[in-house]
Amino acid sequence: MSYLADIFLIALSAALINNFVLYYFVGICPFVGVSKRVEMALGMGFAVTFVMTIAAFLCWIITTFILMPGAPLSKWIAGFFVPANVAAGIDLTILSYIVYIFAIASSVQFVEMYVRKFFPALYRSFGVFLPLITTNCAILFACLTIMSKIVGVDNPADAWDLGRSLTLAIFGGVGFTIAIVIMGGIREDLELCDIPKPFQGVAITLIVGGILAMAFMGFTGVDVGLRNAIMPL
Amino acid sequence: MADQPTATERFIQGILPENPVYRQMLGLCPTLAITNNMKAAVTMAASVTFVLFCANVVTSLIRNLLKPHLRIVVFTLTIATFVTIADRLLAAYLYQMSKMLGPYIPLIIVNCIIICRCEVCASKQSVFIAGSDALGQSLGFALALSSIAAVREILGTGMFFELRVLPAAWPDWVIMALPPGAFLTFGVMLAAVNWISSKK
Repeated sequence: MSYLADIFLIALSAALINNFVLYYFVGICPFVGVSKRVEMALGMGFAVTFVMTIAAFLCWIITTFILMPGAPLSKWIAGFFVPANVAAGIDLTILSYIVYIFAIASSVQFVEMYVRKFFPALYRSFGVFLPLITTNCAILFACLTIMSKIVGVDNPADAWDLGRSLTLAIFGGVGFTIAIVIMGGIREDLELCDIPKPFQGVAITLIVGGILAMAFMGFTGVDVGLRNAIMPL
Repeated sequence: MADQPTATERFIQGILPENPVYRQMLGLCPTLAITNNMKAAVTMAASVTFVLFCANVVTSLIRNLLKPHLRIVVFTLTIATFVTIADRLLAAYLYQMSKMLGPYIPLIIVNCIIICRCEVCASKQSVFIAGSDALGQSLGFALALSSIAAVREILGTGMFFELRVLPAAWPDWVIMALPPGAFLTFGVMLAAVNWISSKK
C-alpha cells in the first residue's frame, strides 16, 4: 500500500507540482522553440517522454550495477585485479556525467534508427525531433535526479528501485507534454493578437510562461497534504 | 564570412552584439534557474567560463583530428570532462554553493552555448582566436545572467549580493525570487533589449 502511495506521489509531483519546465526550468529550449503549433508541441512532448523513459531505464541500471559505491558489476570485475576489500569500496560516481551523456546520446541514436525502420508512421509524427533531444536538459536532469535518489541516500533500503525511477521519467515527460501543449495552444491564439513590436517572438512566450508558472504554483503543497492524508504519522 | 573576424573582434562580438542569451537565445535554462541571487549567478557564470574556455581550447587543438560525423560526440565528451572537473572543484571549495546549485552544474554539459561555440568557432579556428571567442561569449553570458539576477534579487529581497540596498520598509516581491519571476523578468528585459536595439 505505501509503495503504491509512494509511486502515486512521485507521479503527481513530477507531472504537476514540480513541473520540469515551469518549476525546474529544464527543457526551456524546446518549450520556446517548438511550441508554435499544438501538433508540433504534442509530437515533441511524446518524443521527450519516450526518450526520457529509455534514458531513465539505462541510467538506473548503470548507476545501480556499475557506478554507485560497491556496485555489484564493478566489484566483480575489480575483484580480478585488486584484493577483495579494496574492490568492495570501489566508487565510480565521478564518471557519472560522462557516462550519462554518452548513454543518452547513443540511446537517442538507436531509438531513431529503430523507430524509422519499424514504425514509419510514428517516425513521421515525432522522428524529426529525436536528434534535438540529445541536448535536451530535461533528459539529463531526470537521470541526475534518479542518481541523487540512489547514491545520495544514507539507508540502502531507501534507494529508489526501477519502478520509482520509471514513474519519475514517464510522468516528468507527461508534465513536459502538458506544459508545452498548453503553450502551443496559447501561441496559436496569440498570433491573432496585436503584440507590441519589442515583445514579439520569444519575449511574449516567456511572459506567458511566467503566468503559466504562476498558475502551476497553485499545486504547491498538494503532495505534502496528500502524503499526510494517505500515510498518517 | 569572406574575411574572418580577428580575435579582438570575436571577443567584442560576444559581449553585446552577439550576446549568447539576449541575441542568440542560447543557454536559457541556467539563465532562468539560477538568477534569484547574485552570488549563485556569478558562480554559475564562472563555471560556464571555465568550461567554455577549456572546451574551446581543447577542441581547437584537436580540430585537425576530428572526423565530421563524430565531432558532436567528441565535443560532448570534452565538455562533460571539464564539467566534472568544475563540479568537483566547487564541491571541494564552495560546498554550500555547490549544494545550492545542485543539478544545474552538471546541466552545463547540455548548455547549447558551449556546443554552439565549439561547432561554429573552435573547430575551425586557431587556439588564440578560439580562446578569445570563448572569453567574449562567457563575458556576455555573465553580463546577461547578472543583469537578470540583479533585478530579481533587488526586487525580490531588497538586497544586492546579500547587502541591503532598499529600505527595510520595502515589501519584498516574493514572486520575483520564485520561478514565475524568472520568466517575467527575462521576458521584460528581452523586450527592453529589443526596443533599445531597434531605436539605434
